[in-house]
Parts: sequence; structure tokens; C-alpha cells
Amino acid sequence: MAGKTLYDKLWDDHLVKQRDDGSALIYIDRHLLHEVTSPQAFEGLRLANRKPWRIDANLATPDHNVPTTDRTMGIDGIVDPVSRIQVETLDSNCDEFGILEFKIKDQRQGIVHVIGPEQGATLPGMTIVCGDSHTSTHGAFGCLAHGIGTSEVEHVLATQCLVQQKIKNMLVKVNGQLGKGVTAKDAVLAIIGKIGTAGGSGHAIEFGGEAIQSLSMEGRMTVCNMAIEAGARVGMVAVDGTTIDYVKGRPFSPKGEAWNAAVAHWRTLHSDPSAEFDKVVELEGADIQPQVSWGTSPEMVANVAGQVPDPAKETDLIKREGLERALKYMGLLPNQLITDIKLDRIFIGSCTNSRIEDLRKAALVVKGRKVAGSLKQAMVVPGSGLVKLQAEAEGLDKIFLEAGLEWRDPGCSMCLAMNADKLGQGEHCASTSNRNFEGRQGFGGRTHLVSPAMAAAAAIAGHFVDVREMLN
Amino acid sequence: MRAFTQHKGLVAPMDRSNVDTDLIIPKQFLKSIKRTGFGPNLFDPLRYLDEGQPGQDSSQRPLNTDFVLNQKRYSGASVLLARTNFGCGSSREHAPWALEDFGFRVIVAPSFADIFYNNCFKNGLLPVVLDEKIVDQLFIEAEASEGYELTVDLEANTVITPSGESFSFDVDGFRRHCLLNGLDDIGVTLEDADVIQHYEDARRKTAPWLFGAGQ
Ligand code: SF4
Repeated sequence: MAGKTLYDKLWDDHLVKQRDDGSALIYIDRHLLHEVTSPQAFEGLRLANRKPWRIDANLATPDHNVPTTDRTMGIDGIVDPVSRIQVETLDSNCDEFGILEFKIKDQRQGIVHVIGPEQGATLPGMTIVCGDSHTSTHGAFGCLAHGIGTSEVEHVLATQCLVQQKIKNMLVKVNGQLGKGVTAKDAVLAIIGKIGTAGGSGHAIEFGGEAIQSLSMEGRMTVCNMAIEAGARVGMVAVDGTTIDYVKGRPFSPKGEAWNAAVAHWRTLHSDPSAEFDKVVELEGADIQPQVSWGTSPEMVANVAGQVPDPAKETDLIKREGLERALKYMGLLPNQLITDIKLDRIFIGSCTNSRIEDLRKAALVVKGRKVAGSLKQAMVVPGSGLVKLQAEAEGLDKIFLEAGLEWRDPGCSMCLAMNADKLGQGEHCASTSNRNFEGRQGFGGRTHLVSPAMAAAAAIAGHFVDVREMLN
Repeated sequence: MRAFTQHKGLVAPMDRSNVDTDLIIPKQFLKSIKRTGFGPNLFDPLRYLDEGQPGQDSSQRPLNTDFVLNQKRYSGASVLLARTNFGCGSSREHAPWALEDFGFRVIVAPSFADIFYNNCFKNGLLPVVLDEKIVDQLFIEAEASEGYELTVDLEANTVITPSGESFSFDVDGFRRHCLLNGLDDIGVTLEDADVIQHYEDARRKTAPWLFGAGQ
């Protein structure tokens, strides 16, 4: 008999009830909340006169609407009154129900997918949900983690469970090692370029192979974060020594005897060698080059040495139209060299790439150099208050500031542009975030997805360059 | 939730794949703390020529007359015909809220993004998956004949065209049951409160580290 995949194990472990109609009740260990997708859920609870099932499973923080400059005024520093009301609503809901929240002035505040792992609130083997599609990030810890809608936020608050259908298993293997200067972000962009934005639909993706196993936890989080851009709600990496070392000693992590018991269980969180996957995709790590997205979907990527595709060469008419529309929106020409794309702004941040390792990689590139004069702005937005502190302790803030980049306060910032940080119409941005959809970073804005090192290199050059030329 | 049994309505064909939820309802409208009122801003970047702002009177804004929903023949449409991977991207339930608020009851496409698909059912909106070839055919028919309507029958799991051609589709048992009866699925889950409690008690013993917030 075939063994179990990691997904099978996590599913079985959390199965509360299998119903006759094929649906199942799955227990949720951790529920993360932010201000955008939770107000209607709390309102629903109140209207139905229901109470949260288990308060200590929840952890909340505002991240999407918070300003990334000057936090001294706290919530009063949010200029847009509608944004402010949303953050206030989260505060008052958490206060009313007794849910732990890292408020805007708390040093632990940050992007929800950064603070969970940082606090040890994300532990291996958990089921984790949040009203946010990038909840797949937490799968890096061998968790079953995925985004949910607001009705499901309410469902989890009220019942600690979700009604689920089991999905299929998919393995994405990156063999060998990534080359020097090639990072987790390049790997995941290359994967999405290969399988497409719907390539993982209906599947839980497990990322494996030597190149993935060699990644740090930060790198694994970057990869799992973008599983959703490949259509998979769930992305996962098996637990190993790297996972366990990362989790150790964090505020929510178990201590003493509980730690030992936990580790013994965590060691089992990998797919059995005889497990069978419904779909397997393999890539060679050595083939992966630094990636740049040129279009309006994360699958529209090219090697930095490559060029923008020519729609005339596409035989499928619907696809050709899609390419033409993307090029028109992006203001690019067929066959244009990627390195010829001029940039207006640089954004280093988001739940994909705002952790300490990301900032270190960017700092390494800009150290002793100056941001191109042609840029309107280059900003670094750390993922949490604690990442910010750590970076400052390492002197990274000074490196960025001396090079001419802005050093901001933590939040989602220009990843989604719900706060004041946004692109102007027609502006090109090298961004370490995860979505290059039309208007994502501001009305008419043009996003190019890259790694932190590539964004840093672009900041210096004013256009895309192969970061490997700048590393010795 | 509003029950869904059968619906007959005008079809609007939206010929574009990978329509993401940022396009369905852009971020500036997510600042609302309500579930309603998103209809005027459905597909905001496609419907209007300017950038929409929350609280604005949309009837005064310049329309993109090329966009399908701005064409007179599709006014009052309640069935959206779409392409592959509809609803990809963000998990925002504001997307189905906006579609529903605008007046859509059914979306027909060859495939949907997982989270969006799931969110539709919570809001009385029925996503119907049909084979790509059939969807191609429906696009041709809908564009060719003005006033083209589809009948979507959840009890029979069929989509019926004006010529009487019928296509069947699948919806899993639980979602179908909740939608047909307009059930609040939290209420259904809470009927199993003792089973959940039992599971939780056992888990507290086998994995005690998962309980109690750290500080
Ligand atoms: S950083 Fe961007 S993708 Fe991540 S949670 Fe915030 S808005 Fe969403």
C-alpha cells in the first residue's frame, strides 16, 4: 500500500468528522486575523449571538492599512478616515472578544504572515488559516495552511473548524542546487512560469528536492507564500532540522518536556518514501536564472537575460490576446530586452520578502553604492517591528539609507497599496511582492516581480540587471 | 443565506481568462466594514475610465463603453460567462459580494480559483464549471443572439440553453445542500459541537503545546 503524503498526514491528524456527503470537518489550530477581512465576520458573530469557540487559537494584527512612516501617533497617524475605522474596528473587536492583538504601536506588529512564524505562533503540524490568500506561507513549517474568505473566518471563530473537501497531492521538486545569486524567489517564479497560475488548482503542493531542502526557513516561506500564485491554496515543505531550529525558543514555542514531545511528533511530518502524488513536476536548480516578471500575471516571467515575448508568435488566439493586453498595460514592446526596462520605483517588502534574510541580501548588493538618480523612490519596508529592530541591530538601516533607499515602518505597504504607498499611473516598479495584477500597486501602476537582491541591483542601475554581475 | 434552486437570466460574456479578484473589486473598496454596497464598483478598473474611490457617486463617472457590462444589450445580466481560472488571486470575499450586489446569481466558466469558488457558495452565488468546449460554444451563442438567456437548475444540475440543449455540471453534496436550502453552514457545523469538543479534548492531551497563547 502506498504511504501517506505530508498533506494526507496533516489532514488525517485534523479530521474531526468525515461526513457521508464527502465533506469533512477539519480542526483549526491557529487562526490569524487582520483588519481587512475580519470586520464582517465579527459582525456576523454578534448578529447570530455567537461566541468565539477558542480564544487562544486566535492572533491578530493590523497590517494592510497601517502607514509605514512615523508610528508615534499610533492609530491617529492614519490619515485616511476609512482606513482608520478599519483598524479601530479590529482593535475593538479583539478587545471585546479578548483576542490577543499586536496593535499598531506594539513592537511585535507586522505583516500577519511574518509575525506568526516569528512568534512561534506558527508551529509544525498545525492547521493554520487566515482571511488572506498568502496564508500558504506557513506551510513552510510543515503546516496545512491556507487562505479563507470572510464567511469562513466567521466559521472558524464560531466553531474552530472548517468544512473541507480533501484536495489532490502535487509534488514540485527542485533538484540539485540553485546557483550563486539565485534565490528562493527566483525558484518560485520559475516554478509558476513553468506550471502557470492555475497549475496547482485543486492541489496541495509539496515543495521538495535538494534545492528546497537547502533553503533557510525564510526561503521556504517565500516559496510557499507564492503557492497561491500557482493556483494552489496550500504549499508545504517537510519538517527537518532547519524547521525545528527556527522554531526553538520563540515566544509561543513549547518549552521543556512539551518541546521534546513536540519535536518527536514533528519529526514524522514528511511524505513517506512510498507516498504517491497525483501530479509531479521537476525542475533543475542549476537551470534557474534570476527572474523578472514582465506581464500582469505571475506566470509572465522571464530570465533576466531574456526578453519580453512576441504575441505574434503565439498560435492560441485567447493566449495571444492575453499577451497583447499585458504588453499594452505594461507599456512594453515585443522582444524588448528585460534589462532595457526602465524603473521608476523600487519596493522591497511584503509577506513574500520582508524578513531579515531578505533585507540582508538586499543590503549586500547596495552596500557602498548609490541608488540611480533616475528613480523617483526606492523603499525598504521590513515585515515586522522585530525584523526592523534586528535589521537596525545589524546596521542594515544605515546601509540602505546611505545608498539612498528609504527605511520604513512595518506593514503591507506598496504590495497592495491600501495605505499611502502606491505607484503612479504608468510607473514601473521592481517589487519583491507577489502579484503583478493590473492596478495592484496603484491605479495604472506596472509591477515587475523580482527577488530582494534583484530589486536592490535594479535600484542601483535604474533598470533591471543581473544581480550576479554585482556580487563578487 | 438566500437559497438557490433554479435561475433563468440574461448572459453577459466576459472574454478574458485569469480574471483576478483585484480586477473584480480593487483594494480601495476593501476598506468597508460592511458586506453590501460593492455592486457599483464591481470590475471598477474595467467599467470606468477613471480611478474609483469609496463613497463616490459612480453614476457621474466616465464609462468604458467597450466593457461588456456597459453595453446596453447586457444590461440586467444575471449570468456571467467567463474564462479559465476566474477569481484567482486574493481571498477577498468582497469579490462574490460585489458580483452578488451587482445582480449576478450564476458564473459559468471552465475553471475557477479554489478560494473564490468556495466563497461564492457562502453568498448564494452559484459557480458552474463546464467543459472548455461547451463554454466556447456558449460564448459564440451569447454573442450572436441578443437577449440570450441560460436556465441554471441546481436541483437537476443542468444548464439549459434557449434552444433546449442541456449540459450537466457537478457540485459537491454539502455545498449543494446548503445552497439549495439556503442554510447557514455555521449552524450545521454547530450541530456537531460535541464531536468537535471531543476531538479538542483529545488533542489537548496528545498535543498540549498547541493550546494556550505564548507571551
Ligand atoms: S504583504 Fe501583500 S500579499 Fe502579503 S498579506 Fe500584505 S497585502 Fe497581502
